[in-house]
Amino acid sequence: MPTLEILTVLIAEDNAAERMLLSSIVRRQGHAVLTAENGAEAVEVFSRQRPHLVLLDAMMPVMDGFEAAQRIKALAGETLVPIIFLTSMSEEQALVRCLEAGGDDVLAKPYNQLILAAKIKAMNRLRRLQATVLEQRDQLARHHEHLRREQHVAKAVFDQVAHAGCLNSPNIRYLQSPYALFNGDLLLAAFTPAGDMRVLLGDFTGHGLPAAVGAMPLAEVFYGMTAKGYGMAETLREMNAKLKRILPVDMFCCATLLALSFQRRLVEVWNGGMPEGYLHRVATGQRVPLVSRHLPLGILSPERFDVSTEVLPLALGDRVFLLSDGVIDTQDATGRSFGAQRLQQVFAANQAPEHLFEDILQAVARFGGKSRDDVSMVDITMVAPDRLVPPPLVYSDSGESSPLDWSVSFEFRADTLKRFNPLPYLLQLLQEIHGLRAQSAAIYSVLNELYSNALEHGVLGLDSTLKRDVAGFARYYQERNDRLERLQEGYVRLHLRIEPGVQGGRLLIEVQDSGTGFDVEQVLALPLTERRLSGRGLNLVRQLTRSADWADDGRVARVEFAWEALA
Amino acid sequence: MAVVTDVSPDGRLTIAIKGRFDFGKHQEFRSAYERPGQKPESITIDLKETTYIDSSALGMLLLMRDHAGGENADIRVINSSSDVRKILAISNFDQLFDIS
Repeated sequence: MPTLEILTVLIAEDNAAERMLLSSIVRRQGHAVLTAENGAEAVEVFSRQRPHLVLLDAMMPVMDGFEAAQRIKALAGETLVPIIFLTSMSEEQALVRCLEAGGDDVLAKPYNQLILAAKIKAMNRLRRLQATVLEQRDQLARHHEHLRREQHVAKAVFDQVAHAGCLNSPNIRYLQSPYALFNGDLLLAAFTPAGDMRVLLGDFTGHGLPAAVGAMPLAEVFYGMTAKGYGMAETLREMNAKLKRILPVDMFCCATLLALSFQRRLVEVWNGGMPEGYLHRVATGQRVPLVSRHLPLGILSPERFDVSTEVLPLALGDRVFLLSDGVIDTQDATGRSFGAQRLQQVFAANQAPEHLFEDILQAVARFGGKSRDDVSMVDITMVAPDRLVPPPLVYSDSGESSPLDWSVSFEFRADTLKRFNPLPYLLQLLQEIHGLRAQSAAIYSVLNELYSNALEHGVLGLDSTLKRDVAGFARYYQERNDRLERLQEGYVRLHLRIEPGVQGGRLLIEVQDSGTGFDVEQVLALPLTERRLSGRGLNLVRQLTRSADWADDGRVARVEFAWEALA
Repeated sequence: MAVVTDVSPDGRLTIAIKGRFDFGKHQEFRSAYERPGQKPESITIDLKETTYIDSSALGMLLLMRDHAGGENADIRVINSSSDVRKILAISNFDQLFDIS
């Protein structure tokens, strides 16, 4: 140290001559001196003046140095106040007793000035080290508390966004560690306008704030596009492009996106980098793995990103289970991972599906896994559509400027059909009509049915009877993708007409395709059980509309919706 | 050394990683391919002695790929154990890297 630090040194010594001698040595070294004649006085002076360092005679009247040392150490608390014992006892024996009493060093009489100076210096170094450690500890604690508060606020804000969705639906069970978000886990659920349910379980790379920042924009895209009725493909593309744009190269988001249609009893799955989820067929007990077939979101450029999905039929009561890697990667003390195989064993032993989460957590605990803060699980059950009540859409306009007398026609040709889904745009347009808003879910479902029929059966010529069994179902959707990819010609024409009436008005929708048509009478005559998987949703269309008919050998579908004047 | 590099006469850079391949290797791994004055376009990552790989290591591989020319980079990942292979497979990184 270039300049000598001035310390306040307490000297406790009952022998006046020795006390004076020692005081003058210490003062000459540049320090300030306080003195005491016995242990009790030393404690008293210490508590009043808090010197930096204490020189303590071991043998003193009233209170000896050993007791004084203990009291001074107690008063000093966490602060290090070095105590150097002054002793004429034999070195070895003295050292032990003095150190046991809380002393930090020993100086043997008679005093050597040089050694005393060196010891004061060394003790001061220790004292400063301790002070620095304490200061840094407190600083760390403050930072930690600050971070915790910030996370708390951020989580509260994020929960507002995340719970804008339908995670509380009666057919969803989920479990997330409280601060899973700050480990990059993300769980979102929302209804489309047609009443389908979309669920996203995501896992960003990394931990802490970097892992959480991507969650907000991803949630916004998810909710925004789901509410507007965009398809899986468009939503995935947008999410990928957005994350690719905003995240650094080494960050990405593993994700599984599900679309469950309760009307059509099927689930569409896209898994990029998440552990296998499972479709549990309750009737047979079979568990179909939902395997990761894609790179995570945010890695590939939009041109190379692959949105192909798998479509699987579901029966009432079937369940889809997703989980984050927190469960499988949980390690025991020896570094072994819980692993997918142990998870399978839990599945096999599980008696009641509603206790699956608890069974898994128990198995992880038995395995001896350290608890982690990135465990997310979600379980969605296929139920009848009337068991679910999608939240009403919220509109921000007054309805005064509602357009009431118009028609519009579109023709979508091969190249457009390949990559573009016109339905969200049409729905936006129709939502301008206030009288129709109460029926927008039905309108969307019907538009969706008619458009899919026109595209899949009409333009692509797919046979709906393929969908009779599970294997055929998969083949159907594979074939759909292949044919769409190769499509050279064909069209779907959409005609919308809004007519005002005295009391309200009506909407006419006409969908025409370039296909070969179908035998309307025959399909409508099929028994209900057969119609469910392969009946082109004609039943649904008839249920949801005021009138529905087919012309030109099934190539043209016409439906009507009506509304009463608003009070 | 947990990250060992070697350059073959034809200019191919080989990086071998020992033990856990996670964020702890970030600096070492980065300096293995970011060499002043050199920009290797063909890189082999040897995972023969890698016991574990996590998602931040996947991120590090993406950074390296970006550095080596992105879509045009020629990167081979060799000798991965079955556990490591599993992680790479779930993430479908074989769509970006030549994994054997």
